[in-house]
Amino acid sequence: MTKIKAAILGSGNIGTDLMYKILKNEGNMELALLAGIDPESDGLARAQAKGIRTSHHGIDAILEDPEIKIVFDATSAKAHKLNAVALREKGKLAVDMTPAAIGPFVVPTVNLHEHIEAMNVNLISCGGQATTPLVHAVNRIVPVHYAEVIATAASVSIGPGTRQNVDEFVRTTANAVQQVGGAKLARAIPVFNPAEPPINMTNSVYAVIKEEFDEEAVISSIQSIVAEISSYVPGYKLKGTPFIDYRDTPWGRLPTIVIMNEVVGAGDYFPTYAGNLDIMTASAYKVGDLYAAHFLGSKEVIR
Amino acid sequence: MKIPRITDTTLRDGDHAVSHSYTPEMVRTIVRNLDDAGVPIIEVSHGSGLNGSTIQQGFSIHSELELIKVAVETVKQAKIASLFVPGIGTSNELREAAELGISVIRIAVHCTEADVTEQYFRLAKELGLEAVGFLMMSHTQPANVLVQQAKLMESYGADCVYVVDSAGALVQSGVRERVSALKEALSIEVGFHAHNNLGLAIGNSITALEAGADQIDGTLRGLGAGAGNAPTEVLVAVLNKMNLDTGINLSILMDVAEEVVAPLMQVPIVIDRDNLSSGYAGVYNSFLLHVRHAAEKFGVKASEIMEELGKRNAVAGQEDWILDVAVELAEKKGLKV
Repeated sequence: MTKIKAAILGSGNIGTDLMYKILKNEGNMELALLAGIDPESDGLARAQAKGIRTSHHGIDAILEDPEIKIVFDATSAKAHKLNAVALREKGKLAVDMTPAAIGPFVVPTVNLHEHIEAMNVNLISCGGQATTPLVHAVNRIVPVHYAEVIATAASVSIGPGTRQNVDEFVRTTANAVQQVGGAKLARAIPVFNPAEPPINMTNSVYAVIKEEFDEEAVISSIQSIVAEISSYVPGYKLKGTPFIDYRDTPWGRLPTIVIMNEVVGAGDYFPTYAGNLDIMTASAYKVGDLYAAHFLGSKEVIR
Repeated sequence: MKIPRITDTTLRDGDHAVSHSYTPEMVRTIVRNLDDAGVPIIEVSHGSGLNGSTIQQGFSIHSELELIKVAVETVKQAKIASLFVPGIGTSNELREAAELGISVIRIAVHCTEADVTEQYFRLAKELGLEAVGFLMMSHTQPANVLVQQAKLMESYGADCVYVVDSAGALVQSGVRERVSALKEALSIEVGFHAHNNLGLAIGNSITALEAGADQIDGTLRGLGAGAGNAPTEVLVAVLNKMNLDTGINLSILMDVAEEVVAPLMQVPIVIDRDNLSSGYAGVYNSFLLHVRHAAEKFGVKASEIMEELGKRNAVAGQEDWILDVAVELAEKKGLKV
């Protein structure tokens, strides 16, 4: 079967975990290259052990290979700003896992079809991948006036990039809750918890509703999107059943749908508690696979 | 013993206790009295820090920016401070508060997460603010961990680092160890912020002074989250008896505490079962009203929720876990959720 060649740029934790996900899934992509900048990195060594071509010259090896159509950028926001330009010139799709947010935000269960011709798509943040579909699931039944999402992860799973720029996480995630989730107003708040043993990622969504709505329809919409997400993030699940709580808000005393979620990682490279990292690589894999299917499909049509 | 600098945080920590309902008039009256009494620093903001008006923390009835503006306009000698929690607040809110004229920003994180504060300490210094680090839930970590975290804050430009007993869970030996370790390791000032869950707010504050603390927090009548804080007027009275003259007028404080602040209390601030269980389990004090709400909604005991939150090591900002715990406890009891 023909597959689309993909490359991973960045041989750190995220790039390495994504490599295992591509290797273990029989999808539409073939991993052609893992490119890093540190020849001593654990990621490159593991790729070599798996017989995957590697390079420690960063993006260059990727740009030189015309067969590579999809590139996962697992570097940094700063690096992606340069990488995005180079990849676009070569006609390669960039799946941006950094917070650079150059291309549109994408969430596999929500809006990929809207951006199927895009050349650069962004995966928001871990909190964004986990919570925007939940907001969307409510909003497709009844308009969400205000959504607030709390994303809690184990301290040990939060890297220095996020720690030095909490503003960026807050801004990007809240924007995505509006743009992708559909909430009129939104806030996003990260929490880092240092408990030992490390906690699993947990997320809470509060959706404030101003109109009358069918509670059962909302809950069933949420449950159905959770089932869809868990098809590509197996450890993604609801904690309890979503419920309605009345809260005093700036818009009056209003019903607030409370949705609680937990994400347990697949344990491919990260420990299982790092569901926040797992949902990023699992979502990236899903996005890449859907684009690869699209590329294969349109090629057949052309022929 | 050094005469400490007193920060009154009735209008910040007390914001939790009044369910974020302070009005501009209340702020004007309380600030005027604290200023007349000679209190040097007055903290005003949402209880959870700038931009804390959320479902998770509780919405404010009046914009905190309006309240800060009133406070800044009212003071003659005192400086206005605000609390800032990274992730709840962002650089934008820090800039807005600085433009309104606050002089001090107190940057608060869970006591193992100091490295998220770097961008905010640097910004605070660029904005010309005095910057104080707040190591919340200090009871959860030994002195050597707090020292490492405080040194990070010092390296980012902090002017002072506080040992914050957010859960009111420290006893005097624990305060002494932590404060003296920070004093020894840092070249900047050290502060202590107490809660009264174990009845030790004043005693712990004095122990902190004995261990070398330079700054101490209080709230009028102890009006703060959960079991409340060291009452500012009691603190000043005790310091007077110890011949440590802060220059603060005790009778003005006693009057404002009695006549203005006590009537604001929605419930008496006492060490009841909920507050004692919170302190005993090491649970963040501002969870109290949220725990009571969840206890009522799901038909479980507040003290049971507190105990479970303590076991799970919930940190500041995790009010959503209260709901999760309440649901699980209710399910365990076979109650319909």
